[in-house]
Amino acid sequence: MEFPRPALPLAALSRTSGFVVGALTAALPVAMYAADASSTQTPSIFDPRSTQTTEILAYSTLVLGICAVIFTVVTALIAYAVIRYRARPGDDGREPAQIYGSNPLELAWTVIPVVVVVILALVTARTIVDLQIDERPEGWMPVTAIGHQWWWEFHYPEFGFTTANELHIPLSDSTSGRPTFLTLESADVIHSFWIPRLAGKMDVIPNRTNHAWIAPLETGTYVGQCAEYCGTQHANMLLRVVVQTPEEFERWARAQQRPAVDDPKVADGRATFLKTACINCHTVRGTVATGRFGPDLTHLMSRATIGAGVATNTPANLRAWVQSPDHLKMGARMPAMGLGETDVDGVVDYLITLH
Amino acid sequence: MASIDLPSPGTQASTWTSPGREQWTTVLHSWVTTVDHKRLGILYVGCGLVFLLIGGAEAAMMRFQLFFAQNDLLSPQVFNRFFTMHGTTMVFFVGMPIIIGMGNYLIPIMIGARDMAFPRLNAWGFWMFLFGGLIFYFSYLGGDGLYAAGTAPDVGWFAYAPLTGKAFSRGNSTDYWVLGILISGFGSIAGAINMITTTLSMRCPGMTLGRLPLFVWMMLIVSGLILIALSPLTAAQVMLLFDRFLGAHFFDTQAGGDAVLWQHFFWFFGHPEVYILIIPGFAYASEIIPVFSRKVIFGYPIMVGATCAIGLLSVGVWAHHMFVVGLGKGTAIWFAAITMLVGVPTGIKIFNWVGTMYGGKLHFRLPMLFCTAFLFQFLIAGLTGIMLAAAPFTWQLSDSYFVVAHFHYVLIGGLVFTIFGAIYYWFPKVSGRMVNETLGRWHFWLFTIGFQMTFTTMHVQGLLGMPRRIYTYPAERGWEVWNQITTAGVVFQGVGVLLFVIALIHALRRGEPAGDDPWNAWTLEWSTSSPPPAYNFAEIPEVRSRRPLWDLKHPDDPDWKYE
Repeated sequence: MEFPRPALPLAALSRTSGFVVGALTAALPVAMYAADASSTQTPSIFDPRSTQTTEILAYSTLVLGICAVIFTVVTALIAYAVIRYRARPGDDGREPAQIYGSNPLELAWTVIPVVVVVILALVTARTIVDLQIDERPEGWMPVTAIGHQWWWEFHYPEFGFTTANELHIPLSDSTSGRPTFLTLESADVIHSFWIPRLAGKMDVIPNRTNHAWIAPLETGTYVGQCAEYCGTQHANMLLRVVVQTPEEFERWARAQQRPAVDDPKVADGRATFLKTACINCHTVRGTVATGRFGPDLTHLMSRATIGAGVATNTPANLRAWVQSPDHLKMGARMPAMGLGETDVDGVVDYLITLH
Repeated sequence: MASIDLPSPGTQASTWTSPGREQWTTVLHSWVTTVDHKRLGILYVGCGLVFLLIGGAEAAMMRFQLFFAQNDLLSPQVFNRFFTMHGTTMVFFVGMPIIIGMGNYLIPIMIGARDMAFPRLNAWGFWMFLFGGLIFYFSYLGGDGLYAAGTAPDVGWFAYAPLTGKAFSRGNSTDYWVLGILISGFGSIAGAINMITTTLSMRCPGMTLGRLPLFVWMMLIVSGLILIALSPLTAAQVMLLFDRFLGAHFFDTQAGGDAVLWQHFFWFFGHPEVYILIIPGFAYASEIIPVFSRKVIFGYPIMVGATCAIGLLSVGVWAHHMFVVGLGKGTAIWFAAITMLVGVPTGIKIFNWVGTMYGGKLHFRLPMLFCTAFLFQFLIAGLTGIMLAAAPFTWQLSDSYFVVAHFHYVLIGGLVFTIFGAIYYWFPKVSGRMVNETLGRWHFWLFTIGFQMTFTTMHVQGLLGMPRRIYTYPAERGWEVWNQITTAGVVFQGVGVLLFVIALIHALRRGEPAGDDPWNAWTLEWSTSSPPPAYNFAEIPEVRSRRPLWDLKHPDDPDWKYE
């Protein structure tokens, strides 16, 4: 598998000298903090796990390094001026020599920054060309991600199923697997797709198709969230990406392809579900429920969270959600259906069979 | 007041008071009907400061909400309204009136004129601004109609389509956002026309363009930018009103409209707007740093040139706000390169200010303290600006707290610090009273420490993947401790601003008399009395250099020999 590999002329420099200088300022405390981030879910950009984000970090470290050098020099100049030239007590009160300017000096601090800018612009151009991929390369796995207020729909055209909020993709390091190529679309307003450790941002815009790609280097669960303000529950439009080995991913995808479980023990709950307005918005494959406005529930219980990450997917939380979505996620588009206690129990019993 | 005696409203002998005791209604009437540029300047800055307190309180509420993960102090709706109101207030109803007000007060006095070119247009501009601000805040009562008890806009200060469309923003809250800005924008445009005309046609004898104080030069360029930038915003807002009320589909994506079009309009305004707000900060620093270094500004011509360059470049960088919109590689490369180029003239300015300090005798009175902190903070703001211009870096940083940190370093670390410095610098001229140095120093240190706590840490949250405009966040993200430091800084800043208000009130009531020229400065405003008479100068001055008062004080070694 051939990966875009930006052979930046300055990448090596950025990784060594640039990092040392950069570490002195912003990177060090952050990197230290990121070190114990593995125990939490901190989506630090200093802790990349994909080809793209690793390259972004190398480039960013170069930029940080250059900025750190400028910062050090200019701060030193300011500090020197402030300390050296402060008026002393017992000053004779005479005005200092009036210097109106200096052409050589002013030329110097015009030309040197221009040179720095030209170098930086060239490296930037090269990085953009290398890392921005607008068409799906041969063999990459296509996934369509659709942003909704306030959840994510993921459609796998090769497998023919749809899921929500938790994107599963196969591992794709330099030796195995296939990178994922995402087509981003919006069902309503502008959203932005961002998983800091796997993929930089790309906006999700109605009437427009954007692209993102992920070539993940390590299995695990990665968190991200919508990064463009999209209304009331923008904060709870969370994203989880599960990177699996190609075999695990294949197994997961095959399971997702199957129609919904039809457990006769929960026939009452199922009947309630199918005769209320639930089916206007939700799909459960193999039933009359074919709505598209809300998440596909065919394999609801294969997901770890509900409400786009607002709560863990436990029967208690599911019940609270069905009874009153507002309670868990104020302003959520799903209305409370006003079901009686028994009906709620029945629907939840049915939902928890949807493995 | 020797030679002129025109008994028209608002032209009393002094800016502040008339001789004798008057009915408060008479005083109020004289302020409401005034066309005196100084009184209008005071009104602009005063209203701006009141809005600053309101916008600051909104920010503080948001910070308290974010102190804990999963906090429920504010509901999402209230939080979203606060950040919309905060951002819009700070840009349009704090930044704009204060910079226009300072220009209003100072430009005529600095160029030896008796008023602005269009005094009544000036008054009209102020009242349009205030009317816009009041309409904007009336949304809290009238947004969804009084029956719904009102709601403020919740679409963000950038109001991206299609969130502002009828389908997603029902009621009238978004209309209050549009109309408030639209109306105050007319005021800003009037102010800009007035400042340009005044500068070009009202200069006293000898005040060539090459001898304008840097403050006036920079405000001239800012005024030009206001004309260029505000009009597209106004146009786009009218288009949005068409969408909302007349069934047009400019930005209505559900009917084939274009969401990205709004972004181009908005940032074609929005990025020059950043320079409209920060160049006045440069203007204040360019007056204050020389006086308190006791040296002439280093490299006057290149300072003017650099400001022109920033003005020109600023209209060619807007799409760096759109690096993650998916505009294509060529566009991204162009806007990244041009944006980085802005660093060159900006760097020249920083070097020239430091060059002015070199070899000087620095007096760290209040204005200079704030300007020194400004130099350091603006350096950081500029460098994070370079990082954000680096498009691939911005794929990660865009819409994260890093961006919030960056532009607060620009607008607080850069603009608000220089505004505080400028108010401490010119307050003696405006009121005739000195501000208490001890109170001012407490203000400075508390505000600086609070500012650093709040906004330095925000960079970290951004690098750790925290997006902007979220009212809550999961506890396990590891952002909580950083948010707590950020919020703690707000307390310091709040106390600092309180001390600032106390210092000003204290100075007005018991401040030491300032005299005409308390700082031993060099520009024309210090040649007249404090506060200046209604017509500024009994006799129109005549100047021979950029520092007329230096020439007066050093007849043996005047500036005009060297310029």
